[in-house]
Amino acid sequence: MPESTLVLNATAVQRALTRIAHEIAERNDAGSEVAVVGIQSGGVILSERLGRLLAGIWGHAVPTGVLDVAMHRDDLDQRFTPKVYPTNVPFDVTGKTVVLVDDVLFRGRTVRAAMDALNDLGRPKRIQLAVLIDRGHRELPIKADFVGKNVPTALNENIQVQLDESKGEDSVRLEKP
Amino acid sequence: MSWHRKHLLDIESLTPDEIITVLDTARAFKAVGERAIKKVPALRGKTVVNLFIEPSTRTRISFELAAQRLTADVINFSAEASSLKKGETLKDTARNLEALNADIIIIRHSATGAPHFLSRFLTASVVNAGDGAHEHPTQALLDTFTIREKKGKIAGLEVTILGDVLYSRVARSNIWALLKLGARVTLCGPSTLVPRVFEQMGCRVTCDVEEAIAGADIINLLRIQHERQRKTMFPSLGEYVSLFGLNKKRFKLTKPDVLIMHPGPINRGVEIDSEIADCGRSVILDQVTNGLAVRMAALFLVSGGKGPQEVSPN
Repeated sequence: MPESTLVLNATAVQRALTRIAHEIAERNDAGSEVAVVGIQSGGVILSERLGRLLAGIWGHAVPTGVLDVAMHRDDLDQRFTPKVYPTNVPFDVTGKTVVLVDDVLFRGRTVRAAMDALNDLGRPKRIQLAVLIDRGHRELPIKADFVGKNVPTALNENIQVQLDESKGEDSVRLEKP
Repeated sequence: MSWHRKHLLDIESLTPDEIITVLDTARAFKAVGERAIKKVPALRGKTVVNLFIEPSTRTRISFELAAQRLTADVINFSAEASSLKKGETLKDTARNLEALNADIIIIRHSATGAPHFLSRFLTASVVNAGDGAHEHPTQALLDTFTIREKKGKIAGLEVTILGDVLYSRVARSNIWALLKLGARVTLCGPSTLVPRVFEQMGCRVTCDVEEAIAGADIINLLRIQHERQRKTMFPSLGEYVSLFGLNKKRFKLTKPDVLIMHPGPINRGVEIDSEIADCGRSVILDQVTNGLAVRMAALFLVSGGKGPQEVSPN
């Protein structure tokens, strides 16, 4: 059995998301068009929650979408074919400030692919990045604009994010082999 | 979700889970075709060869466009303009193409098993685009994709395949796919073209066209494959039209929500009346659109390497 430590409990996840929402609101003027796009599949639930929190702060609906990056990855021939999830961005991203959302920022390859995938849908005015956990070990010059918690990790460790309401309470755990 | 295969050779050897994986993946690729930018970089730098030893227009174009939309480079190779005419064997032709660093070879051949033969010695991926009267896997995948899209399911549906089943690789691949996904399949046509041996695959065989179409949720019409028939299999085309053609009188017997499918090319006035081919229940052109998405999915899936399957978020 791998050893597992709790990094964030349900209250801490909620607090981190609320803080990120306020930071997004502070960074982007009320008038600017902000959309929230979750990266499949870990960023989907987070982006929906952030969208609702931002709508509460601004008092108007915030467009949200989901983006799959399997077709834009650079490692197709280095692993078994990844599962392709649907992309659903039901608004024009051109001219908007798009906040990309993922659960864990690690090597940065997924975010690189996500920026390419997003550019195929239109030309956002700017792209920002929000992640619940930054675990380090970047392989590309990518940095998150909004971070829930920085968690130093070893390469062989694993971050388990549990956000699906149907499967129990929110939690983030660090697993050591 | 599971796809660990390097080749797509037939439907017979696929599991239901693998078929569903192709259909789910194709759904994402269909969405790509509906965007302003219809191209993704998934196969950037890869070379795809269309090795068509038997003539084809729509399948070749569909595969060619699918490869281009995945950003692969495509070479088209047809038998008429090749060294096969000069006596080169299929094996040597394929080895030569591989020596040009082809990553995927899409083959259509009049001989059953030609793709399987290539897959045994090539390091490139092999995709079957039709081998003799054996299988045409991407056609069955696009047909099941279309049924699933229009009906929301496949299990429990009544599918009637009407026409030249004996010489049809489309029929064989469709039968495998439909049965694996839980549909019931009825085959109908002249007894010479729909022998009872198909009952061993798990289909129902009948020569009563009215009965075969009356209860069907889907009617898949097949063209008479004159090019494969070594002898006359029925008295005359006129007799076939009057006994088995889908005309307006017979169409009245069908369910109000029946789907009319045809792999093309259609012979208007033979297996199907012109008006029925163009009516609201016909999904013949949807099949063409979906064929592109399914072929993108197939090329994408066979391009995977070896390693951890799930792209873990961290």
